[in-house]
Amino acid sequence: MVLPDVHQKFVGPGGTRPDQGGHPRRPGPGELTGRRGPRSCSVRLRGRAILSTVTGGATLRGRGRDHVQRAREGGDRSRTMRTTRTSRRFTSRITAAVATATAITLLGAGCAPPAKTADPAASTSGAATWTSAQAAGGMDALVAEAKKEGTLNVIALPPDWANYGTIISTFESKYGIKVDSAQPDAASQDEINAADQQKGTDRAPDVFDLGQAVALANTAKFAPYQVSTWDTIPTNFKDSSGLWVNDYGGYMSIGYDTAKVPAPSGVKDLLKPEYKGKVALNGDPTQAGAAFNGVVMTSLANGGSADDIQPGIDFFADLKKAGNFLPTDPTSATIESGQTPLVIDWDYLNAAESAKISTWKVTVPSDALVGGYYFQAVSKDAPHPAAARLWQEFLYSDEGQNLFLGGGARPVRADAMQKAGTIDAAAYGKLPPISGEPTILTTDQSTKAADVLSKEWSKATS
Amino acid sequence: MARTRLARLRPALGVVPFGVYLLIFLVVPTVTVVIGAFAEDGRPSLANLAGLVEPSVLTALLNSVLVSAVTALIGGVVGALVAYAVVTGKPDGALRRLVTSVCGVLAQFGGVTLAFAFIATLGISGVVSTWLDANLGTGLTSSVWLFGLKGLVLVYAYFQIPLMVIVFLPALDGVRVQWREAASNLGATTWQYWRLVGLPLLTPAFLGSLLLLFANSFAAYATAAALVSQGSPIIPLWIRSALTSEVVLGRQNFAYALALEMIVIVAVVMAGYSLLVRRTARWVR
Repeated sequence: MVLPDVHQKFVGPGGTRPDQGGHPRRPGPGELTGRRGPRSCSVRLRGRAILSTVTGGATLRGRGRDHVQRAREGGDRSRTMRTTRTSRRFTSRITAAVATATAITLLGAGCAPPAKTADPAASTSGAATWTSAQAAGGMDALVAEAKKEGTLNVIALPPDWANYGTIISTFESKYGIKVDSAQPDAASQDEINAADQQKGTDRAPDVFDLGQAVALANTAKFAPYQVSTWDTIPTNFKDSSGLWVNDYGGYMSIGYDTAKVPAPSGVKDLLKPEYKGKVALNGDPTQAGAAFNGVVMTSLANGGSADDIQPGIDFFADLKKAGNFLPTDPTSATIESGQTPLVIDWDYLNAAESAKISTWKVTVPSDALVGGYYFQAVSKDAPHPAAARLWQEFLYSDEGQNLFLGGGARPVRADAMQKAGTIDAAAYGKLPPISGEPTILTTDQSTKAADVLSKEWSKATS
Repeated sequence: MARTRLARLRPALGVVPFGVYLLIFLVVPTVTVVIGAFAEDGRPSLANLAGLVEPSVLTALLNSVLVSAVTALIGGVVGALVAYAVVTGKPDGALRRLVTSVCGVLAQFGGVTLAFAFIATLGISGVVSTWLDANLGTGLTSSVWLFGLKGLVLVYAYFQIPLMVIVFLPALDGVRVQWREAASNLGATTWQYWRLVGLPLLTPAFLGSLLLLFANSFAAYATAAALVSQGSPIIPLWIRSALTSEVVLGRQNFAYALALEMIVIVAVVMAGYSLLVRRTARWVR
């Protein structure tokens, strides 16, 4: 159900308009993928926002980090225990307690291991300087060099995220290159941290898949590369030199289990008593891009704009007051076990659940359409520079793009592929329907919104 | 001369591993935290410390102290009573062996596993909540209390109580039967014995255990991280947020400032403890 005035309301605010001063980047996702939305996007999207989401994120479908935490805390306690058992004196017991408390505090503060130094790229053929397949001497030469390297290090690519599991196995069998997938559930910032900490080792990540904020803050760590399908990628979805290129994206959505909750007709419906203890957000919006955009969505639905996220925060405060907000982190497991019957998340992540649970439906609220794309980049310090470039070629080939689509994500070349007839039409038809003009925050807007969130969010939710 | 000095040093050799351990795991990290807290972009700065007085951070600090103090008190009182009950039994009886071994296991049972155990039991689709809702109409399956501070208190108490039992048993063992007998011989009532002999003797041990419990839950992270995923209500979760956020970037040093704050709090509590002990322990000496 779409309120008649809603449409205009969200096209209107200045925040959703292109910032003419900057370099305009992308066409509206409506334009890009726009099968159902109006073709002429009055809104040009600039990407410096947080649109991001995260790759993976422990905050998102996160699992991995927990093991570490458990190990840390378990270690803490056992150390404390040992001390207390053997010691008769309470003073030493206390010292131990404080020592462990401090140690834990410090572990929490993350003492990064010192980076080793070496020059990984130097040992290879100069592939680190290739900016296209031609520079490598053609596709065949690139493939040959990549095969010689034999391995590709990827990071923060969960197998059930945008179909990465299949993408990785297809790449492996197609080229005979082993893909080393580190920390599949890590967040975008973790990718950059890993690149910094492991720089010079052969374990350092070769390629990144990042949320917008993290990607645009770290362009100095990327190597420019233009894939052979470069011309069919819309101009606003790539850096002009090829430092980064958007790979796939989607819209903020509400996923819900029809067996447990009634279908919401809009964002505001979530305040109804039927949703008591049922509304979950994918992560903490002060940490995860997906959740951040979720708050942007609720803000738009409640009279806010790209410049004003406060109504979204207030909405969650109301949800909390009504007892509807479920402060638990939704994962595939919580969705399948019914603990999180309604989840605010990217449509492609929610859509992935529909494949597992027949009663899981996804709706993209037309009164609050928020879009976001991921950023793909090659690491400047890639230990396998040729394989990293081949990975890009693969991701942006029709095959790679259709694989993203198979995971419910909207590939960046969807428009061109639809025109050329190479798109997987069945998978394309399954994407949740979209109507209205999408809002995407500019860098300034997202920085401001993040600032407001970091001050107000814990107040609203505790 | 040199020889005697060497000889005098020899016993100290045994402490060296402990010294090295302290250096690596206490001194170096503390120094790192302090330096990190006072720096930003490699330059000295007070910006991170200034961030500590933001209302949301202060609330988190208050919550952290509150949760730790409440769970320490609950754990301390309940644990001490259980320990006393155990001590009054046979020294190597079945009850004592059972309780100590169970407590040994439960005190270690923390972190993500524990959080999930509670979610599976009392969470939205937990076994107990579902049963209670069906039979008593409690409404637990649509209540989110477990994922907030109340939930933290309950879950922390789960490992605090057994920890207290283990820690406090030796102290209770130290109270000799002969003292009780001596007091009785001199005509003391039970109440007088406890007021004038038992409690003063046990107070330093009790306070020490409380402090241990306080530090234990003040620094606990994984349990809270698995349970609470919104709003960072306590300081350890704020540290996570400052380190891993992909929304608010570049706040690593703020995490150091938060860590420093935690160290200071524990130091203050420790100082208070040692003052208290000095007073209460006078009688013992």
